[in-house]
Amino acid sequence: MTTDRIPPLPSEDLPFIFDLSRPGRIACSLPACDVPELPPERHIPAALLRDVPAALPEVYEVDVVRHYTALSRRNFGVDNGFYPLGSCTMKYNPKLNEDAAKLTGFGGIHPYQPEETVQGALELLYTLQSDLAALTGMDRMTLQPAAGAHGEWTGLMMIRAYHESRGERRTKVLVPDSSHGTNPASATAAGYATVTLKSDARGLVDLDVLRAAVGADTAALMLTNPNTLGLFEEHIAEIAEIVHEAGGLLYYDGANANAIMGIARPGDMGFDVVHLNLHKTMSTPHGGGGPGAGPVGVKRVLEPFLPAPLVERRADGTYFLDDARPRSIGRVKPFHGNFGILLRAYAYIRSYGPAGLRRVSECAVLNANYMLSRLSAAYDVPYPRLCKHEFVLSGARQKAFGIRTFDIAKRLLDFGFHPPTVYFPLIVEESIMIEPTETESKETLDRFIDAMLRIAWEAEHEPDTVLKAPSRTDTARLDETLAARKPVLHCDCG
Amino acid sequence: MRYSHRYLPMTEQDEADMLQAVGVSGVDELFRDIPDALRYPGALPISPPLDEPSLWAHLQELAVRNTAASQCASFLGAGVYDHHIPSVIGHLISRSEFYTAYTPYQPEISQGELQAIFEFQSYICELTGMPIANASMYDGATALAEAGLLAAGATRRTRLVVSRGVHPETRAVLRTMARGLGIEVAEAPCSAAEGTTDLSLLEQAIDERTAAVLVQSPNFFGCIEDIAAIEPLAHAGGGLLAVSVNPLSLGLLQPPGKLGADIVVGDAQPLGIPQSFGGPTCGFFAVAEPLMRRMPGRIVGQTVDRSGKRGFVLTLQAREQHIRREKATSNICSNQALLALNAAIYLSVMGKRGLRETALLNMRKAHYAAEAIAALPGYGLPAAAPFFNEFIIKLPGSVSCSELNRRLLGDNIIGGFDMGKAYPELAGHMLVAVTEKRSREDIDRLVARLGEFK
Repeated sequence: MTTDRIPPLPSEDLPFIFDLSRPGRIACSLPACDVPELPPERHIPAALLRDVPAALPEVYEVDVVRHYTALSRRNFGVDNGFYPLGSCTMKYNPKLNEDAAKLTGFGGIHPYQPEETVQGALELLYTLQSDLAALTGMDRMTLQPAAGAHGEWTGLMMIRAYHESRGERRTKVLVPDSSHGTNPASATAAGYATVTLKSDARGLVDLDVLRAAVGADTAALMLTNPNTLGLFEEHIAEIAEIVHEAGGLLYYDGANANAIMGIARPGDMGFDVVHLNLHKTMSTPHGGGGPGAGPVGVKRVLEPFLPAPLVERRADGTYFLDDARPRSIGRVKPFHGNFGILLRAYAYIRSYGPAGLRRVSECAVLNANYMLSRLSAAYDVPYPRLCKHEFVLSGARQKAFGIRTFDIAKRLLDFGFHPPTVYFPLIVEESIMIEPTETESKETLDRFIDAMLRIAWEAEHEPDTVLKAPSRTDTARLDETLAARKPVLHCDCG
Repeated sequence: MRYSHRYLPMTEQDEADMLQAVGVSGVDELFRDIPDALRYPGALPISPPLDEPSLWAHLQELAVRNTAASQCASFLGAGVYDHHIPSVIGHLISRSEFYTAYTPYQPEISQGELQAIFEFQSYICELTGMPIANASMYDGATALAEAGLLAAGATRRTRLVVSRGVHPETRAVLRTMARGLGIEVAEAPCSAAEGTTDLSLLEQAIDERTAAVLVQSPNFFGCIEDIAAIEPLAHAGGGLLAVSVNPLSLGLLQPPGKLGADIVVGDAQPLGIPQSFGGPTCGFFAVAEPLMRRMPGRIVGQTVDRSGKRGFVLTLQAREQHIRREKATSNICSNQALLALNAAIYLSVMGKRGLRETALLNMRKAHYAAEAIAALPGYGLPAAAPFFNEFIIKLPGSVSCSELNRRLLGDNIIGGFDMGKAYPELAGHMLVAVTEKRSREDIDRLVARLGEFK
């Protein structure tokens, strides 16, 4: 080989699947047509037919497998490492549950099959309804909602129906300033105005602020308990009393239910409506953003308003779908909810049982407190006391050295960790919200803590290292401003 | 004995060391902020635990008590279809880097997911003929309802007109969602003879308060709506046109984006997603350019990193709840990422030729079946409009749909949807779906059985 021309390095950009297209390649294998092959316009008028075929790529099966395998290698999941994302409960996703979802008797059933052909599925849903109701202390559950936010809206629509059934038109939903963004967004979707309550110095609902805010127009108070700071609302009984006395209802955002399973139940605290995130508390995989499931439980007075249908059990032990719910808010989702997710949650509950679920919460809370106690050496702790399953640090001390929480998160990537939730809740400056979950070992927690302590040291002594992070990932920091200012949201397929 | 579990790593020693570091004497002390009166005494009354072999046996036992539509000759559709799912899909979406990840909020370690969604958005744009698509919605029903709400916001109007040819459960979801926002939903009837939206009644239903016309094509009766004829009616009053489509049909049919639709949505289930008792599936959502910043849900955009290398991020987040809270365009806080990936892989496998050929197989087999059934004495095809892979049959006078289905099941055939359940005026009618999975022999067997009922 001559030396005057250096061969170029191969491109590192991962091509689009569309770039791999070569005319004539094929990745599918279709049955031969065994019925008369008339031209399409003999069945459908030509005006309704596509002029040209959709420009999809022409690749072969190995291209497809290698492309998506290459993409998967540029992605980080719980199976890759520690994922302490506060309020998201990124716990281990059991493999048996995945296998169960693939059973033909679950994955291959149609929602409109005759009831007698889906008794196994209906029994599973019925038992899950009962178990989740018992776990939360509610009287009845719907498994329909597809996600937490969907559950919130479903719950608020039932609250609305309840007030309307009493001839009342209440217009406001109260949320603490530490609440998830979905709470006010769901209130809007249910036709309510949102009133934000300022938290007290201890990070909890300020009873005086609450008393001043409630009134004849209060439809509900939405609370997460423990709240998004990882703190238990100690005055929950009084909070419930204040809201109930004003004629309002209490809504439980179940994002943080992993802290209290078998230890305390929202229903016993005075909550009237509860949603759970099965993709958090019940270990169903997040799937890169979904699918999830957000079942909603209610107290007896709200039962008539549950969305149709519910799974019911006959005296002879058979199960059926009850659509005859005249006072129901109606449908919130087609068919029977995200069955494939619900069955994973059922398998999870059965893998633990009552004592096991309680132990899950104990371990989650001990892990969080252990991390909090070690990390308080280097990071500000805005609410220094026992936490539940998660806690919030502030990066204010590091900010003084020119290092933002954003930078700390990026530096964690270099150490092989998914960063915590950052800049939420909004009431803590430079917030860092850490939720270890129960499925992480002490060695993992220690490694993460060591990384955080190292970053705190770097912030003070070699800030450039932190500011340049990440340096060991597939891409460096990405230009998010450019993406929003000049949106490029798709490319050509053909 | 001390509690132990295969998913829990904490040893007795770990617990002692960690409690000491925290400065408490026991785990119970960690919960001292929960008032005693609220502490749950004893064990929860939930199902007892099972060891792994017993749990697997129990789940299998529940599963075998279901008759899988995929193991019979199924002619049941009505929104969920029995299509062939290429093997590679299951293998690839089971890569745990994909399914155990959260939303790609940290783009530097999520480029795989982000690129996959960007490609999904590209596929949806190509199929629908629209310029902008989001990262997906819960399902086709909530996607159409969100389209209605988007239109109401964009036009500042409070009334929607939905065709009665839209899936009954989609209309039900739309009504619930619209009620929350005080939006009125009017229904436009379908012509019984055509099986499509009655255009003159639709025109009458549209007024100056109408934010959008919502139609589905092929509609619930299987009939292909004349979008080109609906478009001027929808736009004449200043409202928008939202169309829900079966994405597989777009392998063959004119994309609504080319026919003037402002919003195109649908459910990606026909694109290789298992039936799974109806969920989870995956909604898709595409809009015309002016509606971009009003779209609900997540959107992936292309950008560059510090070294100029191509990369992807979640973008236009100023629409979303975590930034805008009560002013967000929707409360949705997730997408169906794994199933969007599923659909994208399906389209990659099918490719240009495969998608068209699959659509052709569906159309030809459905027409073969329809003609054979129509030739049976007492049976008829009441709707005259063209159809794709699903059609309504009229049963002979005395035959009940549920009784017929029970008998068919005895022959390992899952019959079609009983139309009387959703449209009282169509009692004695069955909605029959025929996918590429049904062989001529399956169809002939169905026709022969139907012929025995008169």
